[in-house]
Amino acid sequence: MTPQEITERLKATFGDAITDAKLEGVVDPFIKIKAEAIREIALFLRDDIELQFDFLMCLSGVDFGKGLIGVVYNLYSMSKKHKITLKVEVSKEKPEIPSVESIWKTANWHEREAYDLIGVVFTGHPDLRRILLPYDWEGHPLRKDYKVPEYYQGMKVPY
Amino acid sequence: MGLLDKQFNNSNVIVTSMDNLLNWARLSSMWGMQFGLACCAIEMMATGASHYDLDRFGIFFRGTPRQSDVMIVAGTVTLKMASRIKRLYDQMSEPRYVISMGSCSNCGGPYWEHGYHVLKGVDRIVPVDVYVPGCPPRPEALIEGLMKLQEKIRKETLVKKSA
Repeated sequence: MTPQEITERLKATFGDAITDAKLEGVVDPFIKIKAEAIREIALFLRDDIELQFDFLMCLSGVDFGKGLIGVVYNLYSMSKKHKITLKVEVSKEKPEIPSVESIWKTANWHEREAYDLIGVVFTGHPDLRRILLPYDWEGHPLRKDYKVPEYYQGMKVPY
Repeated sequence: MGLLDKQFNNSNVIVTSMDNLLNWARLSSMWGMQFGLACCAIEMMATGASHYDLDRFGIFFRGTPRQSDVMIVAGTVTLKMASRIKRLYDQMSEPRYVISMGSCSNCGGPYWEHGYHVLKGVDRIVPVDVYVPGCPPRPEALIEGLMKLQEKIRKETLVKKSA
């Protein structure tokens, strides 16, 4: 299916949950959706007989600036040979997005990474711990407003 | 040789000073600790393998700090790794030496400005004897560093230095 057909199919089923879409003039056509709808939409994308998105290629945390952070989902269908990108935005004050770990198992570590470095809180994740940084690390380093600490465990950090 | 010259009936006798004997033994069998942190470790492995052959210098890698004399810090020292390196160093028995291999462990390397997670030089946590520059250093450079360390050990003495 083309990105246009995929978007139409999603709009017919979920309506208001799809807030925006850019399908022309970009390398990866993407659909913007509301954070609270991600799990239902993900389940639909995976299980619908026409769509069959059986492969979550990547899940990335992003700081969009202007107080917005979010997650980008790159999906691919091995059987249908089509792909689509989903984008979700939330505010920094309440960065909660439902986890898709129960739909694609590969999301488990990806969501831990996004939580570790960007600070997105995935509700319903079975094991949301830091994955790269030490457990006692403070803050989320890939946020635009992150300040490098002067000391970590008595070791000077800046050059 | 003076007093002892030609005084032994048996020819299988070597006369030397304690300093020379100890230094010779230490510099001829600098056992390295087998651990690598990043791409420098690949170069370190190449140095240890047959083409550059560290065994000919009596250097070969041990899997435990208890049996190691030299720690080659080969690669980027992250803050998460730093406490582990300190512990490994503390577990080595004396005399122990540290070679800092590559720009990362010398001073932070390419991560010196924006590496929030990188220790800017391993000499902030353990004393370093020889710094080997390069990114990563070629095997020849590492061997040069090891030779430098051998020279350093050759000059060691048991006598306490007068201040």
